[in-house]
Amino acid sequence: MAKNVQMKDVDIYYGKFHAVQGVNLSVPPRAVTAFIGPSGCGKSTVLRTINRMHEVIPGARVEGRVELDGEDIYRSGVDPVEVRRAVGMVFQRPNPFPTMSIRDNVVAGLKLQRVNNKAQLNEVAERSLRGANLWNEVKDRLGKPGGSLSGGQQQRLCIARAIAVQPDVLLMDEPCSALDPISTLAIEDLIGKLKQDYTIVIVTHNMQQAARVSDRTGFFNLPAADKPGRLVELDDTEKIFSNPTEKATEDYISGRFG
Amino acid sequence: MTLVGVASTGSSALIRTRLSGWSLTAIAVGTVAVTVVLFAATPMQGRVAFLLFAAALYVVAQTTVSALVEGRRRATDRLVTSIVVACSCAAVLPLVAVLGFTIAKGTAVLSGSFLTHTMRGVAEQDANGGIYQAIIGTLEQVGLATLMAVPFGLLVAIYLVEYSSGRFGRFVSFFVDVMTGLPSIVAGLFIFALWILALGQSFSGFAGSMALTVLMLPTVVRSAEEMLKIVPDSLREGSYALGIQKWVTVVRIVLPSALAGIVTGVMLAIARVTGETAPLLVTVFGNPALNFNPFSGAQASLPLFVFGEAGLPNETAINRAWAAALVLILIVLILNVVARVLARLASVRS
Repeated sequence: MAKNVQMKDVDIYYGKFHAVQGVNLSVPPRAVTAFIGPSGCGKSTVLRTINRMHEVIPGARVEGRVELDGEDIYRSGVDPVEVRRAVGMVFQRPNPFPTMSIRDNVVAGLKLQRVNNKAQLNEVAERSLRGANLWNEVKDRLGKPGGSLSGGQQQRLCIARAIAVQPDVLLMDEPCSALDPISTLAIEDLIGKLKQDYTIVIVTHNMQQAARVSDRTGFFNLPAADKPGRLVELDDTEKIFSNPTEKATEDYISGRFG
Repeated sequence: MTLVGVASTGSSALIRTRLSGWSLTAIAVGTVAVTVVLFAATPMQGRVAFLLFAAALYVVAQTTVSALVEGRRRATDRLVTSIVVACSCAAVLPLVAVLGFTIAKGTAVLSGSFLTHTMRGVAEQDANGGIYQAIIGTLEQVGLATLMAVPFGLLVAIYLVEYSSGRFGRFVSFFVDVMTGLPSIVAGLFIFALWILALGQSFSGFAGSMALTVLMLPTVVRSAEEMLKIVPDSLREGSYALGIQKWVTVVRIVLPSALAGIVTGVMLAIARVTGETAPLLVTVFGNPALNFNPFSGAQASLPLFVFGEAGLPNETAINRAWAAALVLILIVLILNVVARVLARLASVRS
């Protein structure tokens, strides 16, 4: 079920503005790949092309190929809604739906697609909440509103919601930025567990997190202020953090900029 | 009794003398005394004049004493505070006066039979009669107008916020703004010309509803639009990321989040058109008898009834007009209260 992601010669534009150029990368299945780099270098932009979420912004377009197990998701005829069912996303700030209960939040992806079988929905809710390490904390209050949880719990709820639809790839855009260190640790443990079943791509500006959590790391950079961002180096996490090939990578890792 | 409050000997640069409550009371008593004397000695008279004069004198006296004891800054502060309070009272006064007057005059005739009988066969100078036909008429006309304006307005607001991004959207938005200022008689004349003259239909409650819809629409669109804009984009993104289509996102996630505010906006729009008289003059026409059918034949309506009765020379008619006006105010008041209760319930639930 977990698929690999390949990008070939991907350029991303917002209207006339060339945001990211010439990205070639490969994300292996059942592993965690981290995107790191300074602010504004395009790592979130690249992440959002994997589930075509950048299209929500008018004027955004992508050139090149983005493939899920070899299938280009940008070829003509592909429905972005279907792509997003296959590629899930967790955002920086937890965004549970405020008018829905915890249970309804988790199964929203199914319920709003007209799946109405109560038994099936309850089963999916329990499976997803267990998968997100949240079941024991909320099993007695599934009917309470989604916003009544703490920040870390809300983020795990959003993760449960994302995995309830059984995506092939799970994208995480700085999922721990808005959380305290204890919740961050809980999420990182969860990522370690989830990678057995999903392909995970995580954008983070916290290098230590990337080093702890990921198997492969890609370093993005802005060569100059008015130039588009590019992928500088993508390799095994161990190598990137101990013996990177590119000088820019080494400068960033050792904190000389960014 | 100390006339001046805190220590005046310069023990610290931070401490300033203040007028105590006692001294303010003393000033007030003195002012009233002076005014009484003045009104007795001079040709000035009248209760209102007394109050205004005393109030003005108090402000002057307070400012002067304050300037002497507390310093210019505090005195200016007190003066401006007094002016602001006076203006607030002046603003509230007409509202209180209207309400009080209406209640006083209207309760004279208001009774159970007044609410349940019509004006059929009742002459102007008769003390009988009632507003049953007018209440039914108003409820039906406003009800139909709401049924037409709310879905229509909601859809326009959804289009403007969720779907439009270009020239057409701005065009629509501009015209909605223009329509907010449409004079109500023009809305009535529009329906009169279109429905009654051009299409040859009769006067009816429905024609009145259409005119009221034209007036309600911009308010519903504007308030729904504002409430939809408040829903954060992160909710929409979260929904899209799950692979949920746009229209489902709007209906199942965005609208429920904005519901409380939209309901309030709708209730306020309803409250506004309930009292509109001008558009009903040329569309509903008025009727002394009961007409349950809003789609054919002239109907009565509360604002029309007030307008009609108030223009007659008989005291019986004028009393009826006051009572009808009181009922109208009560209906609008109830609608406003219901709006707030609904909004509170909707927000507590989420």
